[in-house]
Amino acid sequence: MRRLLLERLGHLLLVLWVVASLTFLMFRLMPGDPTLNFLSPTFNEETRAALMASFGLDKPLWQQYLIYLWQLVQGDFGMSFLQNQPVSRLLWDALPNTAVLTVVSLVLAYAIGIVVGAFLAFRRGSVLEGVMIPTALATRAAPEFWLGMLLLAVFAFQFGWFPTGGAVSPGGSMGTLTERLTSADFWWHLCLPALTLTLFLQGLPLLLMRATMLEVLNDEFITMAKMKGLSRWSIVMRHAARNALLPVVTAFALGLGASIGGNVVIETVFAWPGIGRVLVGAVQSSDYPLAQGAFIMIAFVLVVMNTVADMAYAALDPRVSVGRRA
Amino acid sequence: MRSLLRFLRSEPFAVAGAAIYAVIIAAALLAERIAPHSPTEILRANRRIARYMPASADFWLGTTSSGYDIASQLIHGARTALQVGLTAAVAVVAIGTLLGLLAGYLGGWVDKAVTRLADIVLGLPFLPSMLVLAALTRPGTLTVVCTVAALLWPNTARVIRSQVLSLRERAWVEAARVTGCSNARIMFVHILPQVLPLAALYGSVAIGWAILAEAAASFLGFGDPATISWGVMLQDAYANQALSRGAWNWFVPPGAAILAMALAGFMISRGSEKLLFPKLGGS
Repeated sequence: MRRLLLERLGHLLLVLWVVASLTFLMFRLMPGDPTLNFLSPTFNEETRAALMASFGLDKPLWQQYLIYLWQLVQGDFGMSFLQNQPVSRLLWDALPNTAVLTVVSLVLAYAIGIVVGAFLAFRRGSVLEGVMIPTALATRAAPEFWLGMLLLAVFAFQFGWFPTGGAVSPGGSMGTLTERLTSADFWWHLCLPALTLTLFLQGLPLLLMRATMLEVLNDEFITMAKMKGLSRWSIVMRHAARNALLPVVTAFALGLGASIGGNVVIETVFAWPGIGRVLVGAVQSSDYPLAQGAFIMIAFVLVVMNTVADMAYAALDPRVSVGRRA
Repeated sequence: MRSLLRFLRSEPFAVAGAAIYAVIIAAALLAERIAPHSPTEILRANRRIARYMPASADFWLGTTSSGYDIASQLIHGARTALQVGLTAAVAVVAIGTLLGLLAGYLGGWVDKAVTRLADIVLGLPFLPSMLVLAALTRPGTLTVVCTVAALLWPNTARVIRSQVLSLRERAWVEAARVTGCSNARIMFVHILPQVLPLAALYGSVAIGWAILAEAAASFLGFGDPATISWGVMLQDAYANQALSRGAWNWFVPPGAAILAMALAGFMISRGSEKLLFPKLGGS
């Protein structure tokens, strides 16, 4: 197990390094002068040079790369071109909002998906199944932002039950994380984005749970439980579901990583001040340090969660030995 | 013929998916004939620009804030959708199958390199990467297609690789080798046809992802504003207060069209799974 752990960690570091390097290359290859948006043409050559130097843009590329890596290790993403604040500060401000949105939606989606999926497996061939499976597939096929637009149109604009965007009511301030988490206003604003994401995410656990349940239900120990005269519900939830959960747990970890990046569109629709929206805004306004930082942070979360999913799978299922490749 | 009928009856998902594709393909091919107006013509009613018109006999789905006919845009959007979906799917399948085949058959350092590369690509977040690439190059459909191809091939490659790993141990591969077939011939003449159905399956899913990716990119403002696509329509509607005006006729149809097309890909892959892999028992 320890060897496996070390191997996975080594692999994780390698992927992180490659992703960081790719990001560096991508952003240096961007067309146009990154300073164009930042430097006014009225600056004289001296001011320009001084500013370039302050961002380290006067050094040769390989030096920039080494400095970049070194700063990255220290958690320093440089300064935002446009907002005159450290990128890390802006990112740390936005990350909790994304995390709350993602975790709340993911937990809801998996709770619903697991229960409904297990239930559907037990009711195989019923009319209910005929309706639910295409519905689950359809929510995966719908563009997330369109789901969000529909919910906005109905619940925010038509009925006025929920705010139309943002994370605080006009006039309110964001406050610290604990202030946010304890304010009803914040949760009220979270409702629609979280509902959208939940709807989008529940299809996968539902279908996955159903598929693995069908496999498990054919196992001998289920027949045994039936013969013991246990109730259907008890068989489904206490005997079969436990064994069917494994792939779902893995999918949860993968989903957590993927959805931090996938939230980009939902955060834009609802003007939710998360990291995805930071990325979109930064790319649109050519704020390269900020875009680069946001991208790296999203990618890192994804890579780390992929590894966690891998390890969880190995830890939960003794039949799997990840160390040996087929 | 009878087996085809039996297939149709036993696989309602696949049939429904194929039917949706048929409608979209028909719309794309006959767009000029079916569409009541030109999708790029600013229409007038009573000598004024026909803004926010409700659905009527003349404007089937009403008009946009700039006076375009929504139904016509929707019909012409099928072309972009098909273009994006098909090119992306072909690219994903081509890259994924080739790399999976090479990795699975040749093994050794090729296998290691491909697997590592796949791991790294899977470590890149999909939408954020597309945004960055779109900003890096030129926003537009080509960028979307390239991004989808560059980021989705690992899934196909992994499956093809494991399939090839088992195929290459079969007796007929051994037989081919004994008779003096080159590696290339065994891979592309003997093994490739065996894995193509599987690759096609992943292709039909890739069509769905490509459509969704194009829609998301357009919505975030990284699409090609000059093309008529369902994603651009939604972006237009969102940016022009269609939601607060309750212009359902504007923002519901394009989303439904995207949903239908992506869903068709998922349903076909699900339905044909049973046909291709009877062992799975079609769960």
